[in-house]
Amino acid sequence: MADRSRFFRSELAGPMATAHSRAAARFMISPAVLLLLGWMIVPLSMTVYFSFLSYNLLMPGMEEFIGFTNYEFFLTDPAFFEALTNTILLVVGVLFITIVGGTALALLLDQPFWGQGIVRILVIAPFFVMPTVSALVWKNMFMNPVNGLFAHMAKGMGLEPFDFLAHAPLFSIILIVAWQWLPFATLILLTALQSLDQEQLEASEMDGANFGSRFIYIVLPHMSRAITVVILIQTIFLLSVFAEILVTTNGGPGYASTNITYLVYAQSLLQFDVGGGSAGGIIAVILANIVAIFLMRMIGKNLEA
Amino acid sequence: MARRVSNQRKFVVTLIAWAIGLTIFFPILWTILTSFKTEAEAIASPPSFLLFDWTLENYSEVNERSDYFLHFMNSVIISLGSTLLGLAIAIPAAWSMAFVPGKRTKDILMWMLSTKMLPPVGVLIPIYLLFRDFGLLDTRLGLVIVLTLINLPIIVWMLFTYFKEIPGEILEAARMDGATLWNEVVHVLTPMAVPGIASTLLLNVILAWNEAFWTLNLTAAKAAPLTAFIASYSSPEGLFYAKLSAASTLAIAPILILGWFSQKQLVRGLTFGAVK
Amino acid sequence: MTLFSRALLGATALTLVASPALAEKLTIATVNNGDMIRMQKLADDFTAKNPDIELEWLTMEENVLRQRVTTDIATKGGQFDVMTIGTYEVPIWGKQGWLVSLNDLPAEYDVDDILPAIRGGLTIDGELYAAPFYGESSMVMYRKDLMEKAGLEMPDAPTWEFIGKAARAMTDKDNEVYGVCLRGKAGWGENMAFLTATANSFGARWFDENWAPQFDSEAWKNALTFYLDLMEDAGPPGASSNGFNENLSLFQTGKCGMWIDATVAASFVTNPADSTVADQVGFALAPDNGLGKRGNWLWAWSLAIPAGTQKEEAAKKFIDWATSKEYLELVAEKEGWANVPPGTRTSLYENPEYQKVPFAKMTLDSINSADPTNPTVDPVPYVGVQFVAIPEFQGIATAVGQAFAAALAGNVTADEALANAQAITERTMKKSGYIK
Repeated sequence: MADRSRFFRSELAGPMATAHSRAAARFMISPAVLLLLGWMIVPLSMTVYFSFLSYNLLMPGMEEFIGFTNYEFFLTDPAFFEALTNTILLVVGVLFITIVGGTALALLLDQPFWGQGIVRILVIAPFFVMPTVSALVWKNMFMNPVNGLFAHMAKGMGLEPFDFLAHAPLFSIILIVAWQWLPFATLILLTALQSLDQEQLEASEMDGANFGSRFIYIVLPHMSRAITVVILIQTIFLLSVFAEILVTTNGGPGYASTNITYLVYAQSLLQFDVGGGSAGGIIAVILANIVAIFLMRMIGKNLEA
Repeated sequence: MARRVSNQRKFVVTLIAWAIGLTIFFPILWTILTSFKTEAEAIASPPSFLLFDWTLENYSEVNERSDYFLHFMNSVIISLGSTLLGLAIAIPAAWSMAFVPGKRTKDILMWMLSTKMLPPVGVLIPIYLLFRDFGLLDTRLGLVIVLTLINLPIIVWMLFTYFKEIPGEILEAARMDGATLWNEVVHVLTPMAVPGIASTLLLNVILAWNEAFWTLNLTAAKAAPLTAFIASYSSPEGLFYAKLSAASTLAIAPILILGWFSQKQLVRGLTFGAVK
Repeated sequence: MTLFSRALLGATALTLVASPALAEKLTIATVNNGDMIRMQKLADDFTAKNPDIELEWLTMEENVLRQRVTTDIATKGGQFDVMTIGTYEVPIWGKQGWLVSLNDLPAEYDVDDILPAIRGGLTIDGELYAAPFYGESSMVMYRKDLMEKAGLEMPDAPTWEFIGKAARAMTDKDNEVYGVCLRGKAGWGENMAFLTATANSFGARWFDENWAPQFDSEAWKNALTFYLDLMEDAGPPGASSNGFNENLSLFQTGKCGMWIDATVAASFVTNPADSTVADQVGFALAPDNGLGKRGNWLWAWSLAIPAGTQKEEAAKKFIDWATSKEYLELVAEKEGWANVPPGTRTSLYENPEYQKVPFAKMTLDSINSADPTNPTVDPVPYVGVQFVAIPEFQGIATAVGQAFAAALAGNVTADEALANAQAITERTMKKSGYIK
């Protein structure tokens, strides 16, 4: 069935597709493309222009062309490499937790048990919470080393409360962000799992395959595309994590939890250095596109089949 | 054939699943509970779980201080408006990408997704200047436009992956019958795509509802949605956990309820083409 | 399809565009602190007196609001008619001509009644650019019972040495009592407000007369080392994430022996509804080191009108109302004298009713002992006690604040933190052309 549909599809797209349908397709795709092109080009060209100026919003009338100084300044910022590392750690860390956790949760929720619907609702709920709210709640009510719930639990067990945001700031933020994205990963992975051919699984079970090998040879390959999708979508959002950092640590202590987006924020909206912030923005776009190219390769390979 | 599971195993799974589910949900539950405490109780040590004097004073305070209904309506209009507008633009685009793919279809799709990687903080000033010149500051229309553009790539992509799963022979048959493109989209494709469209709609309403950078920075008093409502309760001088919890509960409740009721819809289409 | 989308666009546009109002609408942007919330609640009094003016409020937390109004005024976005800004913004914005002068407020407003230290900070070249809504300095708040238990007595004007001794004596970590709670959370308005003011009393300064950063000076090293040692010995855990609010809740729950912070905190910690130690709080001036400067700051949340607004007259009427003597009386009548916005008018402190408020005198003395135009022991080229009124300061001080927070968290040493601070500041000052 699947094969036949693909056959027809390629026929449609191939030599038999008429000039008429091609023109129509182009016509239908154009609003989206043009809008996004506009959305990209207008602010982007303004940003590129600003990035070559010495332009502080609080000192109007002093703008002058200064070449690549803003870029040089941003790239030589002692915080830049730490921010780059943090950005990568944040994305990878959250992806790791959500995919491993999401797979485990999906396997669990796929089992029959009492109250399945309610538990599923409980698990997806964090996805509906605004990032600012979840950051505030985690920071104040859980991770606070004096009044937070974790501190109370530690004290209850006779331990010294751990100061999450001071001594493991990036890890704490990864935890908060992962909590928000775990439901998304779980949902997609669960959907994929449910489409798994049960007969195949049962056959292998009869053949004496244990859970481990069933998981590795049947379940995981089946879910690989879903995992790719989770990686792609989440990466897009995780590269620009901002509210969680602003609310919890302000990028600190030091630069321990500053990512590129936060660095751009500090430059453009704390200092109101529009020139420097714009240069940072352009650098962030370039970095994001490098990531996008990698992702494209990966998705291309995995989604084509 | 359904799998047979012993009751004992089912019991164990039930226990584990409930424990994990409640753990994940706990921060939200805790926020809701805190919203019924007084400010002093909210920071009390050790905290009380259920045995405190339940009070509604935070809700009445929030209600007195801000126009919840205005912010709520703004959130509804902005998130629904941007999603519907996005769908109107994305459906034809995704249709043609799925059924008349060209050489560059994949590139266009990836390029669209990459526009989402533009860090908003870096382009606030240019956008603010544009909005000022077009008179869009503090208007719902302005936010609808921005959020449409922000979420358009995701919408196009979700629809594309869903459309791709629709068997081609149905369209072929329709074309044989002499259906025009328009008919094809409206009468053949759309009904089949409803689950995909529904979950795309839901996901994007959620994303737009929770968007907290543009909605905060491009509005003032008139068009501000619930994200701005939250910002007026976070971190003042003085105690604020309880009031913030009440405001948060009010802000997330609508979307939480929507999400819960439409859970099945959301899941059905949330495959991104990953399910075969 | 385009027809469809066009129709949809049109329909959306129709429902989305706000309809124009008949009465004059003032949009007021303000901070979500208690005094401003009270103003919003009492605003019926204003609209009753001015039925042709309608008020619309945007209330937000400080940092979001600051970013919001700064973007708007610098781009001439015109979204607000009245803005709540602080003593940091007023000199910078006033110089740019972004604010409407308030020199022509009516005689009954009695501008001479405004406390001179506050008025000085809001006046540039003889023009008053903002009217103070409430003013604050910083002072020591301490627990009388714990001080007694430690066998010490707090003088009205303590030295840092005494604070250090008392803090260590009051600390009882097993019972979660920490001798002193100080700000540690990074931010130019958080730890750097405290540390800059403290450094002033140690004889340090941000810049010398030629704008050369001074973090490599002995005075800064003394100030930072003193702070780090004190927090290590007598501070609460997690101090590097503690700002005003975190310390407030610590103090209110009885976990701090002393707390040096904003004078407005006095009304919170003495309020029995929120504070478990309300009847045990004493007040003293911020400490000094015998160098002639105390470690207290000066801040005033003030109302200003952005230049170019169409509604200047109505906006002035509102500011006149919100910062008038009558407003103070209105609050006193409805909520009691302790809740009156403090620190703006001489007449308030001369009022015998207000003098009964326990923290009134200490607040006034603290405000009067701060001098934004002459904040440091050595001369400086800038205005501002706990800040430097130049546009670059927010960014620099937040980054420096991060460096110091890292030292407080124990990730770097005091010397490393100061070297980082020096490097950060030099870079930005060079880029902005202050120094070569």
